[in-house]
Amino acid sequence: MSRRTVAWWFLLPSALVLGAVVAWPFVYNFWISLTDLGLYTIRDGAHFIGIQQYLRVFAEPDLYRYLLRTLVWTLLNVFFHVLIGVSIALILNRPLRGRSLYRALLILPWALPQYIAALSWRGMFNYEFGSINLLLAKLHFSPIPWLSTEVGAFAAALITNIWLGFPFMMVVALGGLQSIPREMYEAAEIDGAGAWWQLRKITLPLLRPVMMPAIVLGTIWTFNNLNVMWLVTNQGEPGDSSHILVTYVYKAAFNYYRYGYAAAFSVLIFLILLGLTWINYRQASRSTYGA
Amino acid sequence: MRTRLCSLGWHLLLILLVMATIYPVLQIFSISLRPSNALYSTSLRIIPEDASFESYRVILFEKPFWIWMRNSLIVSFATAILGVTLASTSAYALSRFELRGKNPMLFGILTTQMFPATMLLLPLYLLMRNLGLVNTLLGVVLAYTATALPFCTWTMKGYYDTIPRSLEEAGLIDGLDELGAFWRITLPLAAPALVITFLFSFLAGYAEFIVARTLLVSKDLYTLPLGLESLASTFQTEWANYAAGSLLVAIPVVALFLLLSRYLVEGLTLGGVKG
Repeated sequence: MSRRTVAWWFLLPSALVLGAVVAWPFVYNFWISLTDLGLYTIRDGAHFIGIQQYLRVFAEPDLYRYLLRTLVWTLLNVFFHVLIGVSIALILNRPLRGRSLYRALLILPWALPQYIAALSWRGMFNYEFGSINLLLAKLHFSPIPWLSTEVGAFAAALITNIWLGFPFMMVVALGGLQSIPREMYEAAEIDGAGAWWQLRKITLPLLRPVMMPAIVLGTIWTFNNLNVMWLVTNQGEPGDSSHILVTYVYKAAFNYYRYGYAAAFSVLIFLILLGLTWINYRQASRSTYGA
Repeated sequence: MRTRLCSLGWHLLLILLVMATIYPVLQIFSISLRPSNALYSTSLRIIPEDASFESYRVILFEKPFWIWMRNSLIVSFATAILGVTLASTSAYALSRFELRGKNPMLFGILTTQMFPATMLLLPLYLLMRNLGLVNTLLGVVLAYTATALPFCTWTMKGYYDTIPRSLEEAGLIDGLDELGAFWRITLPLAAPALVITFLFSFLAGYAEFIVARTLLVSKDLYTLPLGLESLASTFQTEWANYAAGSLLVAIPVVALFLLLSRYLVEGLTLGGVKG
């Protein structure tokens, strides 16, 4: 077999699976977004109605609020994931006793299935009985109405998701730190450079190309994270005020059966994310190979 | 002296972090020990005064826990094996061969991660219905494989990129063909990334809820997440049972993670944005 033939045979099975289970539904969803498919039309067949669903999406008064909230949600999450993940990785990269035990314990949130973690945190944010408010009371703070206010619910979901997501960044950072050659630090020490200088001039710049792909992926996953927001705020409570884009669409599709509308909304979400990722990705490619 | 004080400080900080990390899990444990299925208690004690393991007995012997476990294990192992096979081959092609449109292909793979869940669920359901795969484990396995594949392909490709091409060339000179060089030389060297791919695909099947909810109808095909949810949503939520079930579900994956945490650090090379 020629090299080229081998390559194509290697790609084929993945392409088939992705084509059938991802690409085809994508096209089909686009078709649905141009119809009036809903609870009443799903039996008799939907009608083609052009871009009306898209017009409806753009006429949605809360669209920009949800979009803004999604952006803030993504930004804060990824920021704290990277900050906490990299900081812990830096500590664990020192010669400390028992560091593989620490590492194993700190990976725990990643291993725990998301829906279990989210429901447990929801219980902990309960106003009267949740352990967080009980703890605050012990420290003589007044209890916080986490789940019954817009800001509180957002903060609760944010804390939960930061907890869930930092181990991934930590692991990526640990891998990156191990790949930095020791000689660089030795050379810096001979030149009399302090710890802070080494961190800024050696560690962080060399960590950047390793972290960038993880950040691109993390941004995508957070932007589209349905589970955490949905479960912690119990479907957007209080009163549908705590939605991000994906939870709002999920509700429109599966609680209200507005399939055509949800399909159009999903396309819009995808396009926004595609734009964001493209910018991110370009920057990642540039930083990896030097501008 | 100063360094010793310093490392004591780091240990204190790490212990605090570990406590914050495992507290929510302890909380689940605490609920699982409450005898009256009570979710709420104003006590901060982890082990309640009237602690009992009754809910574990109920989950293990009175609920169809083992059927859910069996289904989940079938689904997860099938997804993992399929995921490793597909990702290790396609990533190899993307890492080693000069293909036209390679970068668009890599970005295209990334693109599939950007579809919101709502975008694929209904079409996926209709597709599976046409193929007769609704309410079959094969249907969910295919869906999970496709979900996990992009990340796994990226990880594998990043790792292959770190293995020198010259090793394979040496193999080719020694009389191996392209397939042999891949199978005998590169694949064994990529073991850490294969472990990650396996773990990640396994988890994609083990912990997923929404697709399973959409595609599986019969109770005897329920996977663990669906089974647990049925505890939470029946007439009255059995909180202690739910918590006990959650822990029993989490233990195998947590164990797997702990066992493999060394490989995690070695194998997770997402690098290689460019080809």
